[in-house]
Amino acid sequence: MTFLHRHKWLTPYLLLLPGIAWLAVFFLVPLGFLGYQSLQSGSFESGYSFTWEFSNYWDAISTYNEQLIRSFLYAGIATVIALLVAYPLVYWIAFRGGRWKNLFLILIVAPLFVTYLVRTLAWLNILADEGPIVNTLKTLGILGSDGRLLATGFAVVAGITYNFLPFMALPLYVSLEQIDSRLLEAAEDLYASKRQAFLRVTLPLSAPGIVAGTLLTFIPAAGDFINAQLLGTPRQSMVGNVIQSKFLELIDYPAAASLSFILMALILAALLVYARAVGTERLTG
Amino acid sequence: MTMRITRRELVQRGAAGVTILSLPGLLAACGGSSSGGGGSGELADVLRFSNWPLYIDYDEKTKKHPTLDQFTQKTGIKVDYFEDINDNASYFAKVQGPLSQGRGIDRDIFVFTDSSRYPQLLVSKEWVEPLDKDKIPNISNLIDAQKSPTFDPDRTYSLPWQSGMTGIAWNEDVTGPVTSIQQLLEDPKLKGKVTMLTEMADSMGLVMLDSGDDPSVVTDETFDKAIGRVQKAVDDGQIRRFTGNDYAQPLTKGDLAAAVAWSGDVVQLLASNPKLKWAIPEKGAMIWTDNMFVPLEGSSPTASTYMNFVYDPKIQAQIAAYVNYVPPVKGTREELAKTDPETAKNTLIFPSDEMLSEVHSFSGEALNNEDYIQKWQTVLGA
Repeated sequence: MTFLHRHKWLTPYLLLLPGIAWLAVFFLVPLGFLGYQSLQSGSFESGYSFTWEFSNYWDAISTYNEQLIRSFLYAGIATVIALLVAYPLVYWIAFRGGRWKNLFLILIVAPLFVTYLVRTLAWLNILADEGPIVNTLKTLGILGSDGRLLATGFAVVAGITYNFLPFMALPLYVSLEQIDSRLLEAAEDLYASKRQAFLRVTLPLSAPGIVAGTLLTFIPAAGDFINAQLLGTPRQSMVGNVIQSKFLELIDYPAAASLSFILMALILAALLVYARAVGTERLTG
Repeated sequence: MTMRITRRELVQRGAAGVTILSLPGLLAACGGSSSGGGGSGELADVLRFSNWPLYIDYDEKTKKHPTLDQFTQKTGIKVDYFEDINDNASYFAKVQGPLSQGRGIDRDIFVFTDSSRYPQLLVSKEWVEPLDKDKIPNISNLIDAQKSPTFDPDRTYSLPWQSGMTGIAWNEDVTGPVTSIQQLLEDPKLKGKVTMLTEMADSMGLVMLDSGDDPSVVTDETFDKAIGRVQKAVDDGQIRRFTGNDYAQPLTKGDLAAAVAWSGDVVQLLASNPKLKWAIPEKGAMIWTDNMFVPLEGSSPTASTYMNFVYDPKIQAQIAAYVNYVPPVKGTREELAKTDPETAKNTLIFPSDEMLSEVHSFSGEALNNEDYIQKWQTVLGA
């Protein structure tokens, strides 16, 4: 007690301690180990040894640039679609939901009660060749008579979008819900049209939610491999599939670790560009 | 590839349209067991056994495994049975950590397929305990074809659990008979409606046979020739996907016309989908065997006692009647004929001599060739 009284500056650090310890043990240590592994050489049978094998990184980039680019492309498209779908949805809930707000929110979160894998497998039924969607599209002539949706890039992006939609919707809802409706009244009093009020008041005030939502969607989507595996073909494989195959099938830990680091670095770089573009204060709300 | 979806499990439940993953099984596996393996020669109180889902007899009414109960009655040894192996690669990834440090994994028996590289790795790395053969007099019932596999020529460490064949399955509603791998890979009528298995030995073995090459002796030339054919079929959009046993549902629904498929799966699927057919392709099929091993620090005497028990044809017949794969124990068919003559006649469970002359196994050396594995993974898109 007296010790803390004398050293008041210590208090915040002591409060931070559990969090820092958690991060250190479960994030930094494994990360360091992964970095160490990514610079090893050898094979599983003869054993791996640490040799500063930087070529692991160049090999990974040159061999798998196709999958890396595809990962960012699919994740980017899925994030944009998720934003376009989620925004009107949660806008309506936040401003028009009334007393049913919480129910609607639960409905958005409800799919998360089911495991990820099962949710993705459900899309095998939704997009099945003889399923209602494909048949409808064929009748309308949008899809050729031997056309299909499963095992295409469309199916993979649809799966990713669906799986990460709640992570876009929830932060968006929080920021829209907090908007003081008197601000919109004030805008109308000042002769702003509905459109102007939205563009000049609502949209900027919901920006922190947009930023948080895009990050929460894009980052896991870029590393995803389940959707590409179940809904795509080898021609849709993403970098997550490669990492998974390196870890499990080839037992090539250095290659898997270096690919993981490359993915992490690229996401971080994308994040920095994004932060610069939207301004860092938006990231923290 | 793959976070491969549960292999045999998906077949039954997935085909029914209900895809429940074995989360409880996985959780149970994490809990472990504290019973600890006995020292050499001593029997433990509990046998801890890891196996694939739906791979042992099960009574829907009592929710119990009858043969495991019989084992407990006979020997007093309880069985902790874990259905926590969903595919060879991820199970190996899970256990290799402790085993590589010379520690046990709280199991006395686990199972690996000989068409994967892992049986060879387990033996060469000495991560498995030798069997206690004094406790397995029934080893004399082991069928001749299984007596001397390349990874364990004297059966010092392993005994087969069940075998299965890999051939072509097709859906009669969608296509006529698909009788050869060439047809599967090249017939334009099947474009985008066929799958192959992610297991290299299964898929590549069949393609090599189709090319007239011997999959038990793989050379760079024969391997490259076969992989070129598969790659072309992928590039042309002929092959829709590579799968674990998750081909079952799309095949029964008709999204797929044909698939490279496991015999036992199809026996199980046929019960509810008579329009499915399975056949040995014109140039031959592949055969594989799941093998029981005793992991480091597992109780070999206890495990061996259990192996002896299941090598009794009467017990094996009960298991075979349920799992529909090919039993490795002599006399099983005769025993089964007494209780279930219909199943005993099924040639997918008890292949005729003629069928057995058409099945081949994949070279153990090629299974562990890093270069081949990499090339195969590249075809899979990774």
